[in-house]
Amino acid sequence: MFTQTPLVRRKQRNEIIAKWIFGAMAVAMVVPLLLIIFHLVSRAWPLLSWDFLVTNPVGGMRRGGVWSAFLGTIYLVVMSLCISAPIGVLAAVYLNEYARDSWFTRIINLAVVNLAGVPSIVHALFGLGAFVIFAGMGRSILAASLTLAIMTLPVIIASTKESLAAVPVSFREACWNVGASRWQTIRRIVLPNSISGILTGVILQVSRTAGETAPIMFTGAVFFKKIPEGDLFAYNLRDQCMALSMHLYTVTTQVTNAPEALPYAIAVILLATVLFANALSISLRVYLRSRKKW
Amino acid sequence: MTDAAPALSIETQDLSLWYGKFQALKNVSMGIKNGLITSLIGPSGCGKTTLLRCFNRVNERYGYVTTKGEIRILQKNIYDPDISLIELRKSVGMVFQRPNPLPLSIYENIVFGLRIHAEGKLGKGHTDEVVEKSLREVGLWDDLKDRLKGRATGLQLEQQQKLCIARLLPLKPEVILMDEPCSALDVEGTRAIEELMWELRGRYTILIVTHNMAQARRSSDESIFMLMGELIEHSRTEDLFLNPVDPRTAEYIEGRYG
Repeated sequence: MFTQTPLVRRKQRNEIIAKWIFGAMAVAMVVPLLLIIFHLVSRAWPLLSWDFLVTNPVGGMRRGGVWSAFLGTIYLVVMSLCISAPIGVLAAVYLNEYARDSWFTRIINLAVVNLAGVPSIVHALFGLGAFVIFAGMGRSILAASLTLAIMTLPVIIASTKESLAAVPVSFREACWNVGASRWQTIRRIVLPNSISGILTGVILQVSRTAGETAPIMFTGAVFFKKIPEGDLFAYNLRDQCMALSMHLYTVTTQVTNAPEALPYAIAVILLATVLFANALSISLRVYLRSRKKW
Repeated sequence: MTDAAPALSIETQDLSLWYGKFQALKNVSMGIKNGLITSLIGPSGCGKTTLLRCFNRVNERYGYVTTKGEIRILQKNIYDPDISLIELRKSVGMVFQRPNPLPLSIYENIVFGLRIHAEGKLGKGHTDEVVEKSLREVGLWDDLKDRLKGRATGLQLEQQQKLCIARLLPLKPEVILMDEPCSALDVEGTRAIEELMWELRGRYTILIVTHNMAQARRSSDESIFMLMGELIEHSRTEDLFLNPVDPRTAEYIEGRYG
């Protein structure tokens, strides 16, 4: 009775093996990230300084810093999120809170899923045709931001819908049963309890927007542009701009005799920008969660 | 309306309801007397909850529902085109199986309904008074008066359920619908809610869906037995349990099925 049979021993062995394999995969996910960061920072070390961030590239982009590219990336990210976040969040609220299941909403949902799968280079060509040429915006920060916004929109819609769906239906029932309208239910109960998830979803798009090169290449980014240093309002929305991702591409492929550390330093700045945004999103999430009442 | 027979607060006439193609209610006609506690019993899927949800038309939020027939609440057909669902739901409140306090403070839970329906801001003096009155009515005031700003979702289940009842009272409802209000509670909690129902009896018409026949028997004035979407029998609770007219009622009460 209750003694180990060979079958039980075999099951236990398999259990241990499975646990270790799964654990190893989880760890394997973190290792490349740490290696990347370590590799980049160690190579970029000689160039990294505050001056590198706030001076324009000079000398055929071989010397100086990344100021105009850094500021360009900030403009593109902020502008595109300013466009895609309100549209995406409101659309998701409609889809999750108002829309009934019909052919119309199914088509919208299908479009959202498919739009999320479109490669970024296709978005780039769409942006070129629709915004730069058809809408007559020319190559500009505005056109590039709109292109990026279209690219991030479906992901924002999907993540917002998920956050909204995480609010228990029983809260909505409680509201309806005291005669609250849908809008009152959304404003007083649903949004306050999903805002942390919604914001996280939006801010996570910063990394995607900052990292993309293809969509901005044809729509608003240039190889080189000189702007006043230290002036946060140096770009106009109708201007073209530099961007970190594009700058990195240029320096690695087009510029000969660039110092070895330069591309690494650009990459570190790009990565730091993204990680900073993510850290912001996490701390915001923690703060809003702590105020949650359930 | 005469004094001899109590007035009816809810009447239905040939009420049928379909979820898509499935017919959940079949020609239900009945009258619920004002100020009494009426229980709805029957096996799962017999349409008790569906019927309950008809009375504040909240059914319509749960997908494709078609309704035929008439429901009159306080002599007014609630399917008339001039009916405002918001006003209807003010008068017909609902309590759920699992207590569902809103993720707000205890205080805000109780004034939630008022704020929803108020034009502009409410005076603090007024809301303080309402909170005290409602909590006293459900017997929570002494326990909770010192932590009104605390989270409602952190209370014991029994207190949560009482709070959910208290939340309806500031809107001065005529009818309180309860959908198995004790099924998540232990014996003490159940007793407390049942006692509260007796306290509220007379001032509000209470309609309670229950799976628990003993509960229907000890805590309602009248009982309605339903089966497969049909109303089988409606009479005084003691008559229904002691001298059921319909053999199906008798068999259900004996526990032959269900």
